[in-house]
Amino acid sequence: MDEITKEMLKTVSDWDGEAEDGIAYNIRENGQCAGRRSSRNIVIESKEDAPGLIIRISPKAQKETVYIPACVTHGGVDDLVYNDFYVGAGADVTIVAGCGVHTDNEGQAKHNGIHRFFLDKGAHVLYQEKHIGTGTGTGFRRIDPVTDIELGEEAVLEMDTIQIGGVDRTFRKTTAKLAARARLIIHERLMTDGEDEAVSDFDVTLEGEDSGVDLISRSVARGNSRQDYHSKISGNCRCTGHSECDAILAENGKVNAAPELFAGNIDASLIHEAAIGKIAGEQIMKLKTLGLTEAEAEQKIIEGFLR
Amino acid sequence: MLELKGIEWTLPGGEEILKKIDFTVPDGKMTVITGPNGGGKTSIAKIIAGIAKPTNGTILLNGEDITDWDITQRSRSGIGYAFQQPVRFKGLKVRDLMELASEETLDESRLCSILGEVGLCAQEYIDRDVDASLSGGESKRIEIATVLAKKGAKVLVFDEPEAGIDLWSFTNLIDAFERLKSNHHESLLIISHQERILDIADYIIVIADGKVRMAGNKEEVLPGLLEGESGTNCPLGKGERGGAA
Ligand SMILES: Nc1ncnc2c1ncn2[C@@H]1O[C@H](COP(=O)(O)OP(=O)(O)OP(=O)(O)O)[C@@H](O)[C@H]1O
Ligand SMILES: [Mg+2]
Repeated sequence: MDEITKEMLKTVSDWDGEAEDGIAYNIRENGQCAGRRSSRNIVIESKEDAPGLIIRISPKAQKETVYIPACVTHGGVDDLVYNDFYVGAGADVTIVAGCGVHTDNEGQAKHNGIHRFFLDKGAHVLYQEKHIGTGTGTGFRRIDPVTDIELGEEAVLEMDTIQIGGVDRTFRKTTAKLAARARLIIHERLMTDGEDEAVSDFDVTLEGEDSGVDLISRSVARGNSRQDYHSKISGNCRCTGHSECDAILAENGKVNAAPELFAGNIDASLIHEAAIGKIAGEQIMKLKTLGLTEAEAEQKIIEGFLR
Repeated sequence: MLELKGIEWTLPGGEEILKKIDFTVPDGKMTVITGPNGGGKTSIAKIIAGIAKPTNGTILLNGEDITDWDITQRSRSGIGYAFQQPVRFKGLKVRDLMELASEETLDESRLCSILGEVGLCAQEYIDRDVDASLSGGESKRIEIATVLAKKGAKVLVFDEPEAGIDLWSFTNLIDAFERLKSNHHESLLIISHQERILDIADYIIVIADGKVRMAGNKEEVLPGLLEGESGTNCPLGKGERGGAA
């Protein structure tokens, strides 16, 4: 494993690549497998027809973690991967899927991860995804994740996703379908700076009675960066949907938020909240009265906001 | 010792909010500012904290002219200010604010003792977000605690600490103020309409219509104030009663 990969692994998955016995993982480096292990309850196999993995999680997996980070360590790499997760009924797992892209030259470092999740009845998944771009090159660092989620009855998926910084371009597309009593909770945090551009698009369909989605997006746009946020929640039955888009602007940052709600049933209860603006002056003032400088106060507020 | 000398504050539109305010906050004592709504008390507090810049006049901290210092510098020199309207954040937790105020990592027992001063149980609150999910009284008490936690405090200003606080927590708070008062290190400047706070004051300053209407020892000022209260009109609007300190 490359030194750059090791560094990025620590940042994107709080993990050094050394797994204890019995922990399943797959490390992808520049489109190649740099290490893999299955566990008794989590089996990782290569796909036959396309680059990527099939990850089968047995119902016996309880409180287990699987790591599937991907790193691109230099310019000129355009990595495309299809990963499918099949999660058995009642399983309870954490999937850590960080991604780092690094370039020190004018070549683009790009990762496209197409992830599909199929959760059986009552399965519970915490999906953590941290993205970062590093390196001094002028080439773009680009991450375009596609996430497709199918939740069976009573299944729960919590998606915790964060783009810390350094990613010049990102196009995120997340779609989900929920069966009865299933729950989807998404926490997205996006930080853009300089000339970065980010697009995040959600499309969630609540198909089963009493299913529910909670979609919380927080973003900070600094420098000359721009973010576009679209979300669509469709409720076709008795269900609850909540989306919240909160954005902080600094310098010349720009944010376009376009939320959409569709209620196709009288018992669908859907809410959207959105707030875009600079940091409230009184927040900075309060922290200054605690002894912080203006810049320190701004930093603290943004750190907390994206935590 | 904090001294305000000839402080005037005029809004860009020409409205005079503070008109030649003079007073002194002596060391290790408790000074209470009271007076009718809109009289200028919070404006004075903001000018002391550096949030508002006076149009004229000087502010001295232990003899040093701090009029041109910004909020951060004043805080670092020991001035603390508990806002009348607590500020809410998105993503900062009670623990974060306490640690920023005290400039160190705080263990649970330390957090417990600070939050205990305002009648809050640390375990329940340290990981709460300081946002709109807190009740009015809870956020007010946390606001006060951020100032009680302040490192190197010399002059602590509390703006209507009683507002929205229940009877039991208020009793705790009075005890905390009395403790601060008895250790004689910090000067306390409390803006209040509360008789129990006026009762434990060393000095009272009455501000109305942007001016000091009365100032002096509690024994001198309090009887006149209470007498005024029983009348039908507020006597404080009628002109000078007593002089500036
Ligand atoms: N930034 C401002 N712009 C316009 N008017 C202001 C501003 N700040 C204060 N004022 C006005 O100045 C006057 C004094 O306000 P201040 O908040 O100091 O009163 P206060 O004595 O603290 O009142 P209260 O007891 O209600 O808290 C009020 O009439 C208020 O409306
Ligand atoms: Mg006030």
